[in-house]
Amino acid sequence: MKDCTNIMIVGVGGQGTLLASRILGHLFLENGFDVKISEVHGMSQRGGSVVTYVKYGKKVYSPTVEQGEADLILAFEGLEAARALPYLSLEGKLITNTQRIDPMPVITGAAVYPQQIMETIRKQGCNLYAFDALSLAEQAGSSKTVNVVLIGYLSNFLPFEESQWLDSIANCVKPQYVEMNQKAFFLGKNAGIPVK
Amino acid sequence: MKKEIMLGNAAVARGLYEAGCQVISSYPGTPSTEITEEAALYPELYCEWAPNEKVAAEVAIGASIAGARSFCAMKHVGLNVAADPLFTASYTGVNGGMVLAVADDPGMHSSQNEQDSRHYAQAAKVPMLEPSDSEECKEFARMAYDLSEQFDTPVILRLSTRVSHSQSMVEWKQPKAQKLKEYRKDPQKYVMMPAMAKQRHVVVEKRMQDLRNYTEECPFNRVEKVASSSIGVITSGVAYEYVKEVLGESVNILKLGLVNPLPEKLIKDFSKGLDTVYVIEELDDIIETFCKKIGVSVVGKEVFPWTGEYSQTMLKEKLLHKQEKHFTYPEQLPARPPVMCAGCPHRGLFFVLHELGLTVSGDIGCYTLGAQPPLAAIDTTICMGASVSGLHGFNKARGAKSEKNTVAVIGDSTFAHSGITGLVNIVYNRSNSTVIILDNSITGMTGHQQNPTTGYTIRNEPTTAIDMAALCHAVGIKRVTVIDPNHVKELKELIQQEVAAEEPSVIICRRPCALLKQVKHNPPVHVDTNRCRMCKACFKVGCPAIVKGDGAASIDTTLCVGCGLCTPLCPFGAISEPEEALK
Repeated sequence: MKDCTNIMIVGVGGQGTLLASRILGHLFLENGFDVKISEVHGMSQRGGSVVTYVKYGKKVYSPTVEQGEADLILAFEGLEAARALPYLSLEGKLITNTQRIDPMPVITGAAVYPQQIMETIRKQGCNLYAFDALSLAEQAGSSKTVNVVLIGYLSNFLPFEESQWLDSIANCVKPQYVEMNQKAFFLGKNAGIPVK
Repeated sequence: MKKEIMLGNAAVARGLYEAGCQVISSYPGTPSTEITEEAALYPELYCEWAPNEKVAAEVAIGASIAGARSFCAMKHVGLNVAADPLFTASYTGVNGGMVLAVADDPGMHSSQNEQDSRHYAQAAKVPMLEPSDSEECKEFARMAYDLSEQFDTPVILRLSTRVSHSQSMVEWKQPKAQKLKEYRKDPQKYVMMPAMAKQRHVVVEKRMQDLRNYTEECPFNRVEKVASSSIGVITSGVAYEYVKEVLGESVNILKLGLVNPLPEKLIKDFSKGLDTVYVIEELDDIIETFCKKIGVSVVGKEVFPWTGEYSQTMLKEKLLHKQEKHFTYPEQLPARPPVMCAGCPHRGLFFVLHELGLTVSGDIGCYTLGAQPPLAAIDTTICMGASVSGLHGFNKARGAKSEKNTVAVIGDSTFAHSGITGLVNIVYNRSNSTVIILDNSITGMTGHQQNPTTGYTIRNEPTTAIDMAALCHAVGIKRVTVIDPNHVKELKELIQQEVAAEEPSVIICRRPCALLKQVKHNPPVHVDTNRCRMCKACFKVGCPAIVKGDGAASIDTTLCVGCGLCTPLCPFGAISEPEEALK
């Protein structure tokens, strides 16, 4: 029945969500799928919430993912994971970095960063996979590889060979960063073989 | 040939390349900007950033008359600026084909209004194409040139944020090199004085009739017939994709790619025998109104919204009365609005304006973010250039006292776009207004485009930069001061002095965008946790690099560029000088 897989990537402007969507797009394209990727440029890039939709399947129509439709959500930050929760399908999987980045209303004291986000998300009954991707990225050689650490973790849930993932990464990053990013990929992939 | 996954805007650029387009002139504006940036990657195409959309359209018109295939791109509000040349280019027609791309922004992801550009195609009496995905972006852009030359008319290519900024598959075709057409002097066609224009208006009406005949069987419109269904949907653009996602092959669909003029017979034939026909179009009721005018009964805006983007969720609710079950997070979450970047040169200025409590006439650019808390310094934002002219009007209304409490803020690119004429008006009509130009050496908000004040072309070739101080002098401003906005104390004194002055003045705050590659950054500052009393004085600058740590302010060293703006704000001297951090 379902012939399209919906992935949503959420984070904070500047966290490298665009590279994550590029790697996925390349992977799906190389494997002969129809692909659509949608993101909003402009205002949202100035440290605001960023959302990218990646959809693949035999035929993809709408470029967007709506509430209750995401099979997989890749969240780069805790608050953004919580914000994206309504988009997760009831059977979907929410993979998130546990990093916290305070938004301006929290910095100025106009709002409070929610306590125990992960516990609260889990209590809603969804499939949550939360881990510290930032530390693994630093371990790989740069906090900037957090996107590829998350991609590594995500790879456990998608039907593609390891070599296909590595090819796609090699295609999307500058040659001098391939090694570091492959390291990041494996750190993510093996980050505690997903347990709920 | 090769298949690629392409951004809608990149696909338009590819279409220009395949069509043999020769001259491209645009002004950046989200979501249209990447078309011209991508076009500039094809060395065969002449590309430029014009100072504004009117100039860009006129460059394209001139190139077309000269015999080249030409192009200009803009966002929806840019077409307001370019409307003047468009309406008369409709009369002159073209020599080489001419295409104008306009990108609407339903949902206003990055815009000040949600206007529907289809009204312009109707009003200017030119054909308009509307693609639904990247493949159509490429193909429609390419085919628009044949349409333009066949009917001797400019063609508008209408995009929207979701089409421009979505990536999907595109099949490349071999580019077709175009020879420059011969230019022949033809005042009857190209000199629009009343006598000639009267003749040309007749030609325009005849052309519209020809286009109405053409649209009935043109390759841009498509019927997807389902014999078993008595429901029909007429749609266009990205709305088609939402319709397909929700209804698949279960209903009859008329997908319109040529949205002006609309096909009367095709719509009538499509609707014949169907029980219900829905018109599903984002923003205004253009197709719906046409259907009703030709006597076809349709369901439209009484069901579907006038505002915002459409989506599969909205269609599921309205058509199937179905809602997708989903999780909810039980608490309200703090918003994460966009903010000025760490090290942003605008921050110092808005901090001062906030402190001085001045009424600030704002404009369009990154600095519009100065309206957000905690700086909350901007009072008005209307359109490009309105800060300067609007301030003059505000001061004329409220008198001399107002001149001492108000300023306009406008970026370098926006000033070159349409701020200068407002400044001329201030001088000419004698208001003692104070205009602050935020010169960050780039067009920032749209993602770093060169402009006439930066000294570089779209391909980063060196060119003459406008001397903005000299320009202000030349229009008659005697008081022009250039200052680094990070020198907050001096800036504050300067602003106080200039608003008090009994003549118009300009302050140029000059400091390059912190995100520019050539800008050298200092090491991050640091907070001495023993001295910090958590008084939150430093939070008042709204810098994303200053965060709450454990009982003290803390610096996010991945963001801080050591601009030093926060250092003097700390009453306890807890934030190090950037230089000290160097030691």
